[in-house]
Amino acid sequence: MRRKSPYPYWFFLPAGAIFLVLFILPTVASFYFSLTYWDPFEARFAGWDNYVQFFSEPFLVRGLTNTLVFAFLTSGLKTVLGLLLAVLLTSGIFAQGFLRSVVFFPVLVSTIGVGLLFQELMHPTEGAINLALAAVGIDGPGWLTNPSLALISVALVDVWRGVGLATLIYIAGLATIGQEYYEAARIDGATRLQQFWRVTVPLVRPATTTVIILSLIGGLRLFDLIWAMTRGGPGFSSDVLASVIYKQYQAGFWGLSTAGNVILFLMIAFIVAPLAWWLNRRELEA
Amino acid sequence: MTRRGYIIGAISLLVAFVVFVIPFLFVAINAMKTAQDASSLDFSLPERWVFWENLVTTVQTRDYALLLAYWNSIVITVCAIALLVVFGAMVGFVIQRRPSRTSRVVYAFILAGLMIPPAVVPTIWVLQGINLFKTLNGMILIQVAYGLGFTVLLYRAFISTIPRELDEAAIIDGAKPWQIFFRVVLPLLKPVTLTIIVVQSITIFNDFTHPLYYLPGRENITVQLTLYNFQSQFVSQMNLLFMNILLITIPPLLVFIFFNRQIVAGMTSGAVKG
Repeated sequence: MRRKSPYPYWFFLPAGAIFLVLFILPTVASFYFSLTYWDPFEARFAGWDNYVQFFSEPFLVRGLTNTLVFAFLTSGLKTVLGLLLAVLLTSGIFAQGFLRSVVFFPVLVSTIGVGLLFQELMHPTEGAINLALAAVGIDGPGWLTNPSLALISVALVDVWRGVGLATLIYIAGLATIGQEYYEAARIDGATRLQQFWRVTVPLVRPATTTVIILSLIGGLRLFDLIWAMTRGGPGFSSDVLASVIYKQYQAGFWGLSTAGNVILFLMIAFIVAPLAWWLNRRELEA
Repeated sequence: MTRRGYIIGAISLLVAFVVFVIPFLFVAINAMKTAQDASSLDFSLPERWVFWENLVTTVQTRDYALLLAYWNSIVITVCAIALLVVFGAMVGFVIQRRPSRTSRVVYAFILAGLMIPPAVVPTIWVLQGINLFKTLNGMILIQVAYGLGFTVLLYRAFISTIPRELDEAAIIDGAKPWQIFFRVVLPLLKPVTLTIIVVQSITIFNDFTHPLYYLPGRENITVQLTLYNFQSQFVSQMNLLFMNILLITIPPLLVFIFFNRQIVAGMTSGAVKG
């Protein structure tokens, strides 16, 4: 007779039931509902109509491209700035601990609060940013009112809010690099810049992978900051997939909204999974 | 410290002050202005300091909506975390201790939850089907489902540092599985449990998107949605909006001050793989 394991599978049950019903089931159902005309009253089969609409209506296509632009822009900036800040904040400068806290604090603050605050600071005529620029003779742009700038402005605020997390991850990564590597590089006559490129960047690679993947997923899924700052406007110029999903849900186009959800899911799966695999592989080779 | 270190430090301090501190000062100062004074949006000291009046008005707005929101958010956060800790630790424990195909499949699904965006409208459909839409109970279970990936990830990693000999000693003493888990293992998980509590409480308390979808209705308001209501109602009362931002930032600020170490540990987990 087989002895019963002291680690029984029924331990999975409570969490598994919640996860299965409230996460897996809706995800599976979303594939079906994305193929229907679905509103609060009924769901009729529609074939690929919702998807066709997503890739042909200009304002929906705009949402797709904006999502990609936003995610890659914020992910890139957070990676680069996060590494530079982490190097600065581990170099033994004055007030290092305090600076780390200051850079990290926005991560913990309400995103909606941050969004509304920057909405005021970025006001075209009365906002503090443009007033400060005017004081030094620069005519500040309409950060959130100019259709070709609104998405970029929100992305910059997202970097402001999230760079602290990237910095924190990089600081943890830098702490694992042994001082002997830097000593060896110095003995070989490497300059500080060479040490950065030849020692720090390759050896901090696991942290880089984490920062890129985390910020890319976060950027593709972002909703609250966009909603607080522009609601996708002016017009549809700063709409991203997550805000389109919400707007279509509000308008009663549940099928179209769900198709947006499936597209977001596939986008994350087809961008993030191969990227994670590739980054991890290069890590092993290095 | 070198002289150069001091100079770079001083410059960084100045830049950090302008970029990261001034926005928060802006919130604090405007929260203490009169409505007319705050509407100009400029960065000047208040003409008249009305901190207390603004505080009272903000709390009283919409029939004490802020207090109700605080209550709802605290109920959701506390209950969701209690379930996450117990259920998440159970899953992490068996996955780590019993490496089998079943465990690997369960783990893969839970990790996928970290990446996959929740399918919102179908989730509402499911919640309606089990009568949990627009209820605090439903919101609590949603937060458990969405927080499970992070929780199991941390528990599994931590449990691998706890020697199996402890379980085996308990087994020889005739302990049942649930006794091994609740009496022997769970008490040893305190450090990682504290990390999970701190990080998840901030995440759930600051959550805006999911209550917006799954918890509509005036009596269901949560703290992040109080801001959202404020903006439409007080177009010209920026002072109260900023006071509201200030009031809902206090809990994360306190957590940050007292549990800085746990936050760092939680947020950087997985960053430094061996």
